[in-house]
Amino acid sequence: MSETAEHTGHHIDVKEFHPRAQAAIHNPKIRKNFRSAMDGLMSKRKTAFEGWDLETLRDLGANVRLRALANLPELLEQLEKKLTENGIKVHWAVDGDEACRIVRDICKARDAKTVIKGKSMVSEEMELNHYLKAEGIEALESDLGEYIVQLADETPSHIIMPAIHKNTGEISELMHEKTGTDLSNDVEYLTASARQQLREKFMSADVGVSGVNFAVAETGTLCLVENEGNGRMTTTVPKCHIAVTGIEKVVPSMEDVSALLALLTRSATGQHITTYFNMISGPRKAEELDGPEEVHLVLVDNGRSSIYQDDELLDTLRCIRCGACMNHCPVYTRVGGHAYGTTYPGPIGKILMPHLIGLDEGRHLPSASSLCGACGEVCPVKIPIPDLLVRLRQESVDGDNLHPAKVRGHGAKRSSKEALIWKGWAWMHASPGIYRFGTSAATKFRALQPSKAGAWTDYRTAPKLAAKTLHQRMKERGQ
Amino acid sequence: MSSRETILQRLRNRTGGELTVPECDFSVLVRDDWSTAKRIERFEKMIESVHGEVHHCTEDMWMDRLAEVLTTRGARNLLIPKRHEIGQALRNAGREDLPELLIYDEPIESWQAHLFNEVDASITSTRGGIAETGSLILWPNNDEPRLMSLVPPVHIAVLKASELYTTFREAMQAQNWAAGMPTNALLISGPSKTADIEQTLAYGVHGPKELIVLIIE
Repeated sequence: MSETAEHTGHHIDVKEFHPRAQAAIHNPKIRKNFRSAMDGLMSKRKTAFEGWDLETLRDLGANVRLRALANLPELLEQLEKKLTENGIKVHWAVDGDEACRIVRDICKARDAKTVIKGKSMVSEEMELNHYLKAEGIEALESDLGEYIVQLADETPSHIIMPAIHKNTGEISELMHEKTGTDLSNDVEYLTASARQQLREKFMSADVGVSGVNFAVAETGTLCLVENEGNGRMTTTVPKCHIAVTGIEKVVPSMEDVSALLALLTRSATGQHITTYFNMISGPRKAEELDGPEEVHLVLVDNGRSSIYQDDELLDTLRCIRCGACMNHCPVYTRVGGHAYGTTYPGPIGKILMPHLIGLDEGRHLPSASSLCGACGEVCPVKIPIPDLLVRLRQESVDGDNLHPAKVRGHGAKRSSKEALIWKGWAWMHASPGIYRFGTSAATKFRALQPSKAGAWTDYRTAPKLAAKTLHQRMKERGQ
Repeated sequence: MSSRETILQRLRNRTGGELTVPECDFSVLVRDDWSTAKRIERFEKMIESVHGEVHHCTEDMWMDRLAEVLTTRGARNLLIPKRHEIGQALRNAGREDLPELLIYDEPIESWQAHLFNEVDASITSTRGGIAETGSLILWPNNDEPRLMSLVPPVHIAVLKASELYTTFREAMQAQNWAAGMPTNALLISGPSKTADIEQTLAYGVHGPKELIVLIIE
């Protein structure tokens, strides 16, 4: 394990996307793992929507999310009020650090030493495990994929299937080395071993930390979608449950959830529904015999309220984190999740991460796309991802002050040389005389054209300038 | 200013101005009114596709089927509700072919290790089911606490065919969930599973390895 890849994504230099992508492309194991996994997920998704009017359902999904975003401040207040009535304590954090401090303070107040975690991408975004470790609190992941990734001291390479980059043999060796299980390629055995180890941890953990898929304002309900049951364990067995979520996850009612749930699981893994849909509306009541005594919700902003300011960028916040965009992305499938070096990889990461880390650090993200449009076509809430990529590309090279800087690191990729070339280009194309002179000069001196054109000609033959310009040819034809 | 106020103010004073609220038409989620027979058929098909097991029963013979199921699994004991009619019927039956009956009537703290390590199977009621997705609706309470359907390796659920809804939306409307939810509510659709190791399915990763549904028709 290299020093740079330790603990969390933050220690990986996001700017080093190209070398990592190159390495991944030349790694047959990564190529094979991702290719076969993504092929499977694409076909499962297609089958799961058979018999549905998918376009109408996606329209509903988009409208449900847009309606929630249109009333976001009111819904957050309603959610807070309802949750408080239900006995759940609500906390607000402007950024990841504040969210980490809130979780730490709750842990310290309970004198907690160990935290067991259900899957939560927001906690990855906050780098919570790293933070808690420095505070002397052990945080253990309990989702099998996250558990494996944590044993390897890595970060997830897919938001739904964190350990998709590893094959059974590697996982077996890892578990053997770190936990002493026997070497075996029997997935049942490996799973059963993890169950045994994690059950001990569930029983002894002081606090459970989970994410939230939907927060329902009307009833004050936190909804969690999962297959393994570790989410239920995490939110039920420890005395204290802390849920962390982005502020955009709130929806008005359970009816909205019925639409989003139908889209989420089918888009993510091609399942009609997951094994467990867990709805939490309060801590254990006096007469109840199990469940946490305390339930907290940490509402995390971390850049989301900035995204919220702009009508176009706002669409980013519709995301329900299904991962369909990455499953269908030709770039993601080839380079894998780690090449991006960000918490959220793939298309959604390319439009979300620049807001969280700035366009200077995330400069390669909006361009790491062929703009093929597959992500936008499969998005269950119709986020126009390709349009947003183009918008962020513009933001990253924009230099004039006509466009107010909406994204941190606005103009970070601007090069004065490139800007000057385009200025010249525009001037030439707007002046017919200069244009004719320029193109005819280019054809005359075409022998001087270099045969190499940087990276462009690494895999391609350089195009040759024609002997005559289009204007000259048309003139010869007498037209 | 508190973080709460900072965030809410930024959202309220957005530079883009007020957003339009779109209409949401939920009719795409509505299914034709399926007959009970069709609901049962669909429920069974869906839950079996995810490794769940369905037994068709009547009020008279469900206990016989339960005894068979438990015998084939070699279950040493069965966790049952104390007050629900299922639990009462089992206790009053005094049957020889049932394993030891256990009751969850103490706070989890007093018997956690025993529940986690020694209980082989549990039986709970349901608040109905959802045919379209093959899901069971559970509202745990102090008679059937949350961990009852999660910790034992075999979970047996009793579902009345008359309480089978077509869709999730229909179920939540019929039961008026908007009026208030319990501390914990669940949809359960199959046994616990994972595909996190090279997309190979494995059951019982954290919760039950088997989910058995007794449909009372």
